[in-house]
Amino acid sequence: MVTLKYFASLKSIAGKEEERLDLGSETTVQQLSEALSKTAPQIAEMIRGKKIIVSVNQNVAALDTVIHDGDEVAFLPPFSGGAI
Amino acid sequence: MSTVMESKVRIQREDFSVTDEIEAIKKVSRNIGGIVVFLGTGRELSKGENISKLNFEHYPKMAEKKLQELREKAIADFKIIDMSIIHRIGEIDIGENIVLIVAAGEHRKEAFEACEWAITELKRTTPIWKKETTSTGEVWVQDTP
Repeated sequence: MVTLKYFASLKSIAGKEEERLDLGSETTVQQLSEALSKTAPQIAEMIRGKKIIVSVNQNVAALDTVIHDGDEVAFLPPFSGGAI
Repeated sequence: MSTVMESKVRIQREDFSVTDEIEAIKKVSRNIGGIVVFLGTGRELSKGENISKLNFEHYPKMAEKKLQELREKAIADFKIIDMSIIHRIGEIDIGENIVLIVAAGEHRKEAFEACEWAITELKRTTPIWKKETTSTGEVWVQDTP
């Protein structure tokens, strides 16, 4: 099982903060976006269009990054901390 | 005694004391000759709209890790003596403290450069998001692509 986390504006788009998915033994971020096309099409489109950052185990990932069973994947909209 | 010095990098709900943080970094070395402070505060006007409050959310673990990396790189690349970075999360009112960066060097030049670099990089690389509440509703700010 892989844990998916949605942050900030993506929580309302996905309609959830977190979910767990069984993706098989190994998959890539690209394949995950394809899997999400049915359940969360807007998120899938943003991943492919690189409108959001995907992290795997708190490290920024690319479309070909491999996701393993037990990993934590997070979807991160553009950052806006810092207050300036 | 406040939470000063527990860690040089912190993400916390509670407010911080700028004076206490400066005093803490001064104790690190007797070679510090220049300290530059960046303090980000809650601004009322954003894109022509009056903001009533702000709310900051972060990705725990990843945000702390990014701030730690920023601090280490700033110290190494700009050859400053020390740096502390504190960012608040949760609900923040207009005028309240949001983020503090304290850069301490032997001389002012490297401290100025390190401080400016750190706040720019923080905005670009640290998973922290700001939500603004105005009379027309709430919006997540996404002006840094």
